[in-house]
Amino acid sequence: MSGKKNTNSACRSMLYMPGNNPGMLQHAAVFGADSVLFDLEDAVSEREKDAARRLVSHFVKDVDFGKVIVTVRINGADTPYFERDLKEIVPSRPAAVRVPKCHSPEDVTRADELMSEIERANNMPLGSVKIHAMLETAHGIEHAYDIAVSSPRIEALTLGGQDLTADLGVQKTRGGVEFLYARGRIVMAAKAAGLSAFDTVWTDLNDIEGLKNEAALAVQIGFTGKAAVHPSQVDAIHEAYRPDTKELRRAFRIVAGAEAAEREGKGVISVDGRMVDGPIVTRAFNLINLASLYGIEKEDDLT
Amino acid sequence: MKMIKNSLARLVPEEIPGVGKFEPYVSPFAYLDRKLTSPAIKSRPIHPQAPRHDKVTSDIKRAIERSGLESGMTISFHHHLRGGDAVIPLILRALSDMGFKNLTLAPSSLPDSHDFVADYIRSGLVTRLFSSGARGEVGRAISNGEIEIPVVLRSHGGRARAIEQGDIAIDVAFLGAPACDKYGNMTGSAGRAACGSLGYAQLDARYARHVIAVTDNIMDYPLRPRISIPQYLVDQVLLVDSIGEASKIATGAVKISRNPVDLKTARNAFDLLKASGLMTNGCSFQVGAGGASLAVAAFVKDYMKENKIKGSFGLGGMSGYMIEMLEEGYFEAMLDVQSFDKSVTDSMTRNPNHIEIDVSCYANPFNKGCAAHNLDMVILAALEIDTDFNVNVQTGHDGVLRGAIGGHPDTAAGAKCAVIVAPSFRGGVPTIKERVTTVCTPGETIGAFVTERGVCINPRREDLIRRARDAKLPVKDIRELKAEIEALTGVPDKPMADESRVVAVVENRDGTLLDSVYKVV
Amino acid sequence: MIIKKAQAGSLESSDCLVTVEPADAYSMSYSGQNEAIFKRRTERIALEVAERLSASARVSIQDQGAIEVTLRARIETAFERAMGDGGVRV
Repeated sequence: MSGKKNTNSACRSMLYMPGNNPGMLQHAAVFGADSVLFDLEDAVSEREKDAARRLVSHFVKDVDFGKVIVTVRINGADTPYFERDLKEIVPSRPAAVRVPKCHSPEDVTRADELMSEIERANNMPLGSVKIHAMLETAHGIEHAYDIAVSSPRIEALTLGGQDLTADLGVQKTRGGVEFLYARGRIVMAAKAAGLSAFDTVWTDLNDIEGLKNEAALAVQIGFTGKAAVHPSQVDAIHEAYRPDTKELRRAFRIVAGAEAAEREGKGVISVDGRMVDGPIVTRAFNLINLASLYGIEKEDDLT
Repeated sequence: MKMIKNSLARLVPEEIPGVGKFEPYVSPFAYLDRKLTSPAIKSRPIHPQAPRHDKVTSDIKRAIERSGLESGMTISFHHHLRGGDAVIPLILRALSDMGFKNLTLAPSSLPDSHDFVADYIRSGLVTRLFSSGARGEVGRAISNGEIEIPVVLRSHGGRARAIEQGDIAIDVAFLGAPACDKYGNMTGSAGRAACGSLGYAQLDARYARHVIAVTDNIMDYPLRPRISIPQYLVDQVLLVDSIGEASKIATGAVKISRNPVDLKTARNAFDLLKASGLMTNGCSFQVGAGGASLAVAAFVKDYMKENKIKGSFGLGGMSGYMIEMLEEGYFEAMLDVQSFDKSVTDSMTRNPNHIEIDVSCYANPFNKGCAAHNLDMVILAALEIDTDFNVNVQTGHDGVLRGAIGGHPDTAAGAKCAVIVAPSFRGGVPTIKERVTTVCTPGETIGAFVTERGVCINPRREDLIRRARDAKLPVKDIRELKAEIEALTGVPDKPMADESRVVAVVENRDGTLLDSVYKVV
Repeated sequence: MIIKKAQAGSLESSDCLVTVEPADAYSMSYSGQNEAIFKRRTERIALEVAERLSASARVSIQDQGAIEVTLRARIETAFERAMGDGGVRV
């Protein structure tokens, strides 16, 4: 049954860090975020693009971030920085590059082809650096599934909320009603293609309640993670993903049942006197993996 | 100067010419095994007075003449007026103008802003300095070897001990008094230059041969509603225009840091306190006024609130945050030796459980029992810590004096769990050293060193290690963390120092010597 | 080939400001709070970059507490800018 375990490390939170700020980058690993996202795009002015690119590539290459997953947001394919960003960042071997403003599958295939060239030139395993495709236009959202399946490199779809409001000509609201369709569409496309789905950022640093509500919504809709713009947001996001105690107790029983069935060579798993299907067992394993991030390793750890 | 190695393998002088003989440091409580005897108790000097004699003068020179001060004697000041203090400059200038030489300056500490003291060292007015610390220009002057006799640096408790034991014999104490009556009753909780507790001054008033209250605020006799130093200890009341700049004395409330690295550090420190099992009803707690320390206090407060815990007392320097915890009922009392910000100043007059204590009561290891010895938990800062957990709060990475010892070693020695909080590196410089530049607090008294990157527990504290591991805290070996940080910053060179020239010594609270500070090159 | 004076980095905390100027021979000057302990480290990193690029230049570094990767990145960027667009890839 070990094959049922989720082999992807959990990525509930991804913390944006401005790419030209060494004071922040040097502490990227300490804030408890599952992944960090070094930003070469919006957080860096035009005249510092080269400096930020070099700084980030050195940090990714030379600094040990431990268990934290390191990703880099590059500049879009419509900018003069796109190719240089890839050429310098890919060889530093981040887990993934986030490609902003994906309007259509071509944006991804272009990045994919370039990355393959770079990987070959640097003797890297082909496809080792993943792509997180950022959808932030109406056109991009409507092509979510096509984008999701456009390259084997794609690991996740992510929602870019700020640009999307502009494209839609709407305002960001506290409840996020304007993104209901976009969120649903992205999650559905990502899951259909077997990818992760990451929610957009909550920008009001003083409104932790608002963040909590939005993170809870993201969890309910099915996002696998949510971006943060400040270390103070990480805890709230993780709390939203904390597994429900009752469900977790049941998950421990399901896993115990599954293991017993395997030991005894039974094909049918039964828990609490009821038969349990494969997908439910998988979900139980995933839930227990998730629980370990909260220091819960066994049923006794639940209070 | 003949040097001898102490138990921490630090070379310290056996004798400082013009100051006296010293023993090398052995261990935090080795003093309990020493055959220490008190000097024979003599009666206090008597001062026969006629009824209604006039203590007040506004003539500084006259007051100094009456005090009997001579060149070569010892003068003291308190540092309660912090960066706003105008008493030390006023008196030193007058002494300089009057032609005094060769004085011993023995303040409770020197405020950050008092760079001018360096000039009086150069002029020969001050030839010996005993202090809790030396910063800015004064620190640089000492580190450059501009004072011939090594400076003796003591903790607050150590200074109290030295005064009570006679190592420091104060001839004249000039004590700034924010509120004072004509007969010398004084307090710090009222007046334009109000500063809160007068805990350091209380001791000097008891032991100085001659006490001058320096005030800009003479109030009706008798001073009310509280008297911090009573009239029978005060020889003269010197009325001046101003004893200090109010805005620099009563600074705005110290705020909790919003720096995410500080907050992460504070969170780790709080998690360790929680794991220590010490946060229970009746617990006692001290934090410094630094942003990261206060952030620990904020976590502690939330925890006490959630778990309906009521502590016994908070101790030490008081910030508004600690007083808030008192007022909201999380502690029974606050024992205040020094107030840090404006919000604290008048709280003592309003709240009987905000209690002014003198520095001997706070931290002197040689009286009949000090409050620091009743502490459960203390959160302390550090400039450097070494792999043996010795802490430096006095010299910078360049070897220059730039800090103050304060109550650091006293509370570390007294508390059940002393936690050092500091960033793992700051300004690109690693905090963990193989050997700290200067030992101020011996590693034997430290429970743990906590940074944004994890918790390093002193191997001497197996109990704490076990509890931290049970609580799944990010426990790291201090040597591993040191290597992790040096992989980022690079390995620092050892700064150059002239080890043939001792410019200062750090005295342990029991009077033994912990370390020497050398001239920088 | 260094063709013009260029700078990279900043005087923000944890950063450094690197200036590279054309010169006949390589030289380097360092200023900052950490001189007593990090001057040699910084000289070593700057020299490594200059040698790799075979560039003779006058380099000056105002260190605001930069860690090694930051120093290296800023020095490289300053050199690249001083070599003009399309300069040698570091």
